[in-house]
Amino acid sequence: MLAKESSHIIEKSRSFGWILEPDAKAIMQLNGFDTPPGVVTRSFEKADHFMKDVKTGVAVKAVSRKILHKTELGAVVTGIFSSHHLKKEMDRLLELEGCENVLVEQMINGIELIIGAKNDYQFGPVVVFGIGGTSVEIYNDTAIRMAPVTEKDVCSMIDSIKAKAILHGYRGKPGVNMDVLTRMIVDFSLLIMDFQDDMESVDLNPVICTADKCIIADARIILKKL
Amino acid sequence: MNLKALFNPTSMAVIGVSTSQDSHPANVIYNKNHLRYPVKTYPVNPKGGIINREKLYRSIEDIDDEIDLAVIAVRARFTPEIVKQCIKKGVGGAVIISGGFAEAGNSDLQQQLVNLAEEASFPFVGPNCLGIYAPELVDTFFLPGERIIRPDKGNIGFVSQSGGVLVDQMVKFAGQGIGVSLGVSIGNKACIRETDMLEWFESDPETKAVAFYIEGFGKGEGREFIQKAGQCSKPVIVLKAGKSRKGVKAASSHTASIAGDYRVFSQIMNQYSVAEAENEYEMTSFCESLSCYSKAMGGKTGIVSLSGGHGVVAVDACRQHGLSIPEIENTTKVTIQEKLSKEIKNIVSLDNPMDLTGSASDSDIVTTVRHLSRDENIECILALLIPYSPGISADIGAKLSIVARNEGKPFIAYVPNEDKYKIIIEGFELNRIPVASSVEGAVLMAKALKRYMPC
Repeated sequence: MLAKESSHIIEKSRSFGWILEPDAKAIMQLNGFDTPPGVVTRSFEKADHFMKDVKTGVAVKAVSRKILHKTELGAVVTGIFSSHHLKKEMDRLLELEGCENVLVEQMINGIELIIGAKNDYQFGPVVVFGIGGTSVEIYNDTAIRMAPVTEKDVCSMIDSIKAKAILHGYRGKPGVNMDVLTRMIVDFSLLIMDFQDDMESVDLNPVICTADKCIIADARIILKKL
Repeated sequence: MNLKALFNPTSMAVIGVSTSQDSHPANVIYNKNHLRYPVKTYPVNPKGGIINREKLYRSIEDIDDEIDLAVIAVRARFTPEIVKQCIKKGVGGAVIISGGFAEAGNSDLQQQLVNLAEEASFPFVGPNCLGIYAPELVDTFFLPGERIIRPDKGNIGFVSQSGGVLVDQMVKFAGQGIGVSLGVSIGNKACIRETDMLEWFESDPETKAVAFYIEGFGKGEGREFIQKAGQCSKPVIVLKAGKSRKGVKAASSHTASIAGDYRVFSQIMNQYSVAEAENEYEMTSFCESLSCYSKAMGGKTGIVSLSGGHGVVAVDACRQHGLSIPEIENTTKVTIQEKLSKEIKNIVSLDNPMDLTGSASDSDIVTTVRHLSRDENIECILALLIPYSPGISADIGAKLSIVARNEGKPFIAYVPNEDKYKIIIEGFELNRIPVASSVEGAVLMAKALKRYMPC
């Protein structure tokens, strides 16, 4: 069963057919997953204050009911360090169709993965895991399992992708924390079992993994048509 | 639902036998069972009369005997009434051959049959199917006996959504000497579906492996099937048709776009250790191999050949199919070398693939296979036996079978499928050791054993 707060977010998004990124992240957070620190605002001052606080640079994204795929519309800008740059991009994003707010988040660096779910007609909820980012469909280096999955299933998923060496650490670069990643995929598979009556598909893409943690940098939840 | 009367009948009624049309499906089914199978067969047609000097019953209820199986081959619109009569008579189950149901847009008519059957716990196969073939017992295929090639009684259970594919697979099984316990064409699978068949074969002592030709599952049906397959104590093999993505809607998410229907199907089969055959050749090889060896392995293959070329060809095929060719332990090589005959001792290659050369004798091959079986790096052995070499006797099949059975490691042989070499082939097959008629076939048999093993 989903907690009351999660159900509330789903209900208020139902008529749009999908859940906005800040709300989708709120659901993930309520269920114990990590998301980057951030603010949702129209105010440059507030955004600028946040940016100066986090020090590591920020990503800004348009929050709009009209924009399901942000990258295609230039609605995501990463690596902003200066107030001047932030102001310019915020002004531009707020002009995009339906843009109510801007999501300003701390930049996280690490390996970009996708963890997704689909409510399959024949098999019900399935989990997808693999190399993430905007080119995910091009490389399609992913594994699929029926949910819920066990730790052993996750191990075989990781083992079956071509880029597994990158996850284990490649050419001097650190790999990902396998225990954290494994726990996250197992927990995610349990969450989507609870979520199967409402969910059509979920993209957590990218999930940014480092040697310590896995953080959901973007989340999109498409709801079932009732 | 009790399926025993349906799949193991001692009596059957064929409903719809024609007095005027000898080639009517019901007539073909009646004739072949009446004349050639032990099941007691009664013909039924509402007009009554005589057929082939036997009484034609007006209704199943007129038959003065208990009926286990009713084969229904009447027009679709008459089937609900016939099913009612069967239920009233206390028939054990039915095969509904007739078409003209969901496949032709008449889902309501099909639903009527389902409702009747559910209410009375009356199992039926079909509609729109060929029904069942149980060797030496019953055959409801409406194909004249002289036109089809049937496999012998054996230990493969085969289930197909398509009747045509079922018959064709029976021909292929027969050609490779593979026997079946039961073949079922489930057609529209309105009542009996893949999951029910898994349950039946799980409890059937004659069945050692269960194979399915699947076009698609209904809503949530795949989950039910795979959960049952995952628990099944016998190897399960599937061949999926309809793999290409036709008219996929513009996907609204990355995940939906990555996880197309076939990728989901295929990876879930793997997740639950079901062996997915890519095509009918693999299906045939997988069935033969998995009916002999039910345990899954990781794919580490040792190759013994009598010609360098065959070894290389096998290695290429192994790599292509995801099998590995590991190094052989030094102690294994030393033990084998010590025991080889002096004629070949210094000309053999004992690296994987092993080449014992055309001068090897029976005892060289037996020794090699015995000690290679004991090598911990090797999970499965392929022996490529080209019987042209003068040192090989007709007993090599039987001799190697004894070694393989004693050592307990999966062993697969390649012997050319020629009449001249039948005695070698039978030496293996009668001892339940799989034999392929090509090098690639032997590799596919090994591939069947490589199934998902959690890390």
